[in-house]
Amino acid sequence: MLTARTEQIAVREQHDIVSVRQMVRSWSLAVGLGLVDLTKLVTAASEIARNTVVYGGGGTLQIEELRDGLRLGVRLVFEDQGPGIVDIDRAMTDGYSSGSGMGLGLGGTKRLVDEFDIASTPGVGTRVTITKWRSR
Amino acid sequence: MDSIPILRMGPVLLVSIQVDMHDRLALTLQEDLSDAITANGSKGVLIDISALGVVDSFMGRMLANIAGIARVLDAATVVVGMQPAVAITLVELGLSLEGVRTALNIEKGMALLQAAVAERDAVLHVMDDADGTD
Ligand SMILES: Nc1ncnc2c1ncn2[C@@H]1O[C@H](COP(=O)(O)OP(=O)(O)OP(=O)(O)O)[C@@H](O)[C@H]1O
Ligand SMILES: [Mg+2]
Repeated sequence: MLTARTEQIAVREQHDIVSVRQMVRSWSLAVGLGLVDLTKLVTAASEIARNTVVYGGGGTLQIEELRDGLRLGVRLVFEDQGPGIVDIDRAMTDGYSSGSGMGLGLGGTKRLVDEFDIASTPGVGTRVTITKWRSR
Repeated sequence: MDSIPILRMGPVLLVSIQVDMHDRLALTLQEDLSDAITANGSKGVLIDISALGVVDSFMGRMLANIAGIARVLDAATVVVGMQPAVAITLVELGLSLEGVRTALNIEKGMALLQAAVAERDAVLHVMDDADGTD
């Protein structure tokens, strides 16, 4: 698998969540994701970006255009150096929120993408990686 | 842009969201609408989201909140123009938008609101008659 192109942006405050949505939209279009897949990926990105800002204390998004043979995809890596998540299983459960959210972000995001990975260490930070492939 | 314009059409408030809202802007709209319902004694709120390519859990919650607040203030809410891809995504995300009435477009949404307002008036009328105060 090859990373054809990559870029990193800051995800620190509310307005950055809007920038993330716009950037993911334009990269999804470039890769040729269909409208439904594009909408799912942008929505997923918005959810994780908000978690990065609200719970992670801000971080970064690394966006990558992937090529795997003839397959094209977009991968998003959100990283922060926030408090981390002690119980990932619980955080992934629909309806669990330590804040005022509905607790849909992580569980919902996993359903919206093709690949989902979360790595978190309490006191060190959190990394969420999501990928959407262009369906052929 | 620091606020979304709210138009008044008789008993109905009309909002067309044309920008990708940051969270604060969504909360401002929620507050502005609550204030406008109270100030105008509005009976209905119509929110056009046809220009929105994305509705995430935060915006979805805002729509549900607006419908809830409006209900308490005795107004009906209809959300119109949701793009099919957005609807599919919301369902998969797990957001049910419970209590939010939807319609395909502004015209149908208006008809729905008018029917809701008329029905409500009819019920009030019957109650008045029963009271013998009419
Ligand atoms: N980057 C992060 N750093 C620390 N904790 C996190 C992070 N992301 C998520 N969490 C924790 O996981 C929980 C669940 O996250 P999730 O996105 O599913 O729900 P939420 O953000 O609370 O609500 P919603 O997304 O529906 O508004 C959060 O309440 C928070 O405790
Ligand atoms: Mg969240």
